[in-house]
Amino acid sequence: MSRIDKHRNILDFALSSLLRRKRKNIALVIIYTSLIFILASVIFFTEAIKKEACILLQNSPEMIVQKTMAGRHDLIPDDYIRSIESIRGVQSVRGRLWGYYYDPARGANYTLTVPEDFSHGTGYIAIGKGVSRTLEAGKGDLVPFRAYNGSYVSLEVADIMTAESEIISSDLVLLSEPDFREISGAPGGFFTDLSVRVRNAKELPVIANKIRRVLPDTRPILRDEIVRTYETIFDWRGGIVMVILMGAVFAFVILAWDKATGLSSEEKREIGILKGIGWETSDVLWLKFWEGTVLSLTSFFLGVILAYVHVFLASFILFEPVLKGWSVLYPEFRLVPFIDPFQIMTLFFLTVLPYSAATIVPSWRAATIDPDSVMRL
Amino acid sequence: MTFHPAVISLSAGSVLVSSMLLYSSWFGAGILRKWDIRSGSELQLSLERRTYLISTILSYAFGFQLISFFLFIFTTEHLHSLFTGAMCAAGTLNVNQYGYPTIMLKMINFILIGLWLVINYTDNKTFDYPLIKIKYSALLILTPFVLAETILQMAYFLGLRAEVITSCCGSLFSGGSDSVASEIASLPQRPLQIAFYAGMTATILSGIVFYRKIRGGVVFSVLSVSIFLISAASLISFITPYIYELPTHHCPFCVLQKEYSYIGYMHYIFLLGGVISGGGTGMLMPFRKIPSLRDIAPEIQKKLTLISLTCYILFTSLVTYQIVFSGLRIEGY
Amino acid sequence: MIELTDIRKVFNAGNPNEFVAIRGASLVIAQNRMTVFKGPSGSGKTTLLSLIGCMTRPTSGRITVSGREITSLPERFLTEIRRRTFGFVFQQFHLVKGITVLENVMLPAYPSGQRYLSLKEKAAGILHLFGLSAKMSSKVEWLSGGEAQRVSISRALINDPAVIIADEPTAHLDSKLSLELMEILGALKREGKTILIASHDPLVSESPFVDLVVSIRDGLLKEVEERK
Repeated sequence: MSRIDKHRNILDFALSSLLRRKRKNIALVIIYTSLIFILASVIFFTEAIKKEACILLQNSPEMIVQKTMAGRHDLIPDDYIRSIESIRGVQSVRGRLWGYYYDPARGANYTLTVPEDFSHGTGYIAIGKGVSRTLEAGKGDLVPFRAYNGSYVSLEVADIMTAESEIISSDLVLLSEPDFREISGAPGGFFTDLSVRVRNAKELPVIANKIRRVLPDTRPILRDEIVRTYETIFDWRGGIVMVILMGAVFAFVILAWDKATGLSSEEKREIGILKGIGWETSDVLWLKFWEGTVLSLTSFFLGVILAYVHVFLASFILFEPVLKGWSVLYPEFRLVPFIDPFQIMTLFFLTVLPYSAATIVPSWRAATIDPDSVMRL
Repeated sequence: MTFHPAVISLSAGSVLVSSMLLYSSWFGAGILRKWDIRSGSELQLSLERRTYLISTILSYAFGFQLISFFLFIFTTEHLHSLFTGAMCAAGTLNVNQYGYPTIMLKMINFILIGLWLVINYTDNKTFDYPLIKIKYSALLILTPFVLAETILQMAYFLGLRAEVITSCCGSLFSGGSDSVASEIASLPQRPLQIAFYAGMTATILSGIVFYRKIRGGVVFSVLSVSIFLISAASLISFITPYIYELPTHHCPFCVLQKEYSYIGYMHYIFLLGGVISGGGTGMLMPFRKIPSLRDIAPEIQKKLTLISLTCYILFTSLVTYQIVFSGLRIEGY
Repeated sequence: MIELTDIRKVFNAGNPNEFVAIRGASLVIAQNRMTVFKGPSGSGKTTLLSLIGCMTRPTSGRITVSGREITSLPERFLTEIRRRTFGFVFQQFHLVKGITVLENVMLPAYPSGQRYLSLKEKAAGILHLFGLSAKMSSKVEWLSGGEAQRVSISRALINDPAVIIADEPTAHLDSKLSLELMEILGALKREGKTILIASHDPLVSESPFVDLVVSIRDGLLKEVEERK
């Protein structure tokens, strides 16, 4: 078919044109790829970590009830459990015990949690990898905890947790209820908060309202709200980074425009010759289109692949300082790879689109070189 | 306001397309005033050169608009988890009063730009640019539409506040409530099915007649636009429930999700392709009288008819397949 | 075949640097003849060739090619006619650097949608006729003056044009090569092509192959001399 052949021919010349100006085009591809790499890394990371958070949060209770006092979180008495249990639609209520422990020697915060069933019993703890690394403690080692009253409680490490998702377990210390109460000073009959299971998930908002009515000093928190908050935060953070990177996109667009406009005299001569020997303006426009497409697609694929490797295989290593912040217990994690067409489309819109738009007018300027000009070169 | 990367890219993209069209309109106005094909003056030459630029810009705008349409749906789909009550794009769009108008306008603009490109293509096929003035007048009308879309989209994104409780497509597209969507969803199914299949048959037949005899173009064109509307209503009313295998689920956006193999995109692409080429055929009818277009216009119309028929036939086959092989059985009412 | 009626060509009209290149030229180019346009530099020879070869539109006047008026044709149609009808040989050869001889010859035909491989064969055939088969894959930078000249002509022939237009083709050639060039052009004329040459070189205008000599001065056709 002649139209395909025509484009095949033009594409052939486009490729040879690009190769003839290697230095300029390779520089452009490097910058283009880098830009896509950074943007893609941020997008992939944000989406993957959101998804990760969602998955993890699925395991958390659908509703948590906290007691508040003067707007602050207070311990919740166990007779609240009975009040909530009596509400229609509630399947079960469990008191949770958890809190934070600050280790001044190492400047680290651990999360102490009493799980639903702690098989190791009193005197033992199970710790996350991050804790293990910070304390330099392995199985069988004794770890002293400073209790609320200044005394020390020594607990033996029974197990080091190897959760698939180190993000959540890294700073965890699991222990028994009596040990927790001994360290924290939480009196018997009180819990940190309550986890509530309901029969029908659709009833959650209704039940939450009922709880608020029956126990006015409580604050029911729905898991969906938490999920939403996390997503908003990640989106917001990702978005802020993107807005900042828009500066980079803008600079790149200017560069692209400049490169496209600044035809060397050799390039001008070539196009003049093309017009002179019988190429029409639209033919030269197609030539420029194919040149741009080859550059864009090459950079896009390279950038996306590099970003994939960076985020999912190298754990987003270039941005580590930003994520780590002041945290001492930075988890070693491998994010579950997650890419969908939506992210690719967004990326495309953010990078290839501005690049293409920037080159439209310069391409046209080049294409409308007077064929007559070749006679006077 | 959500800072999701997609929101940023859509907003930036929209502003870009609007600027491109404003730029084109500016030059288009100049062309309208000073064009004179008979003159060999340098001004005329530069005007002819300009038309290449504007054609190129509009072609890019068309491509961007298509991607933007789907990206917008994708984004609203993606953001649904941020809003209470939203289970899919339908809910997100309902968060403020700009959501649905934005998406309607995006679709309309896509169709309008497509039609403009049809006129442009025809104009370029012959040697005296017969449609030049019509083309650029049309551009001047098209630009405000695109600007409106950019503004609406901005307003929509700025008005996305997470505290607003919105509705899920289950309630938006169900019979109960008071909205257009609900009216469509609760249309009696049997008559609509008949209207859909009868209308589609009529459209296809008239298309074939036109293709072979170049007669009845206006009839075909009107039918192809009507069947577009009927198909859209049918999608909401009786086709989607079969796909979801749930008689109360009428949402036209949930079919775009991964669970349904993204099949919704095929629906939209076929329908949009059908209406642009069908409408384009009708649009070219008055231009057949122009001497330089006398032979070319019918040829182009035939090609467009072929595209339109292909799209509609594929759509009908796809949709019928989905209905027949669905696990659901609805007794008509 | 090609008819010019009252052609005027003005550059930069309305500006202070306005320049009238051709002021009222009327001419009929006969088929299958060799016509030489003679005149000093600045006389308008190049512009005239440009006008005849559909590279530029006249400011006023009419041009018909094979009975079809092309004066106000938009560029896209003009280019198609030009590609089919005319083959150009430029004064400086203007071959594209960095690609091979073969590709240079194929280049004018790229947009016409011919199959790449059949184009390649055709180009190779033409180059063979000119004895350049050995140089097909060389880059054009490595060619001698005479070889470049022949590549330039080969390129002009790829689209089987009816008319060959050459602008000062002997400007960079020595006498031997100039005579060789005229031989080639004469042979092409014998094959049925129409040849138009702009030149102030007597080796060209005195050549036995020439049928018509048109003198140009200050944008006007002064004198038409028939040979034989």
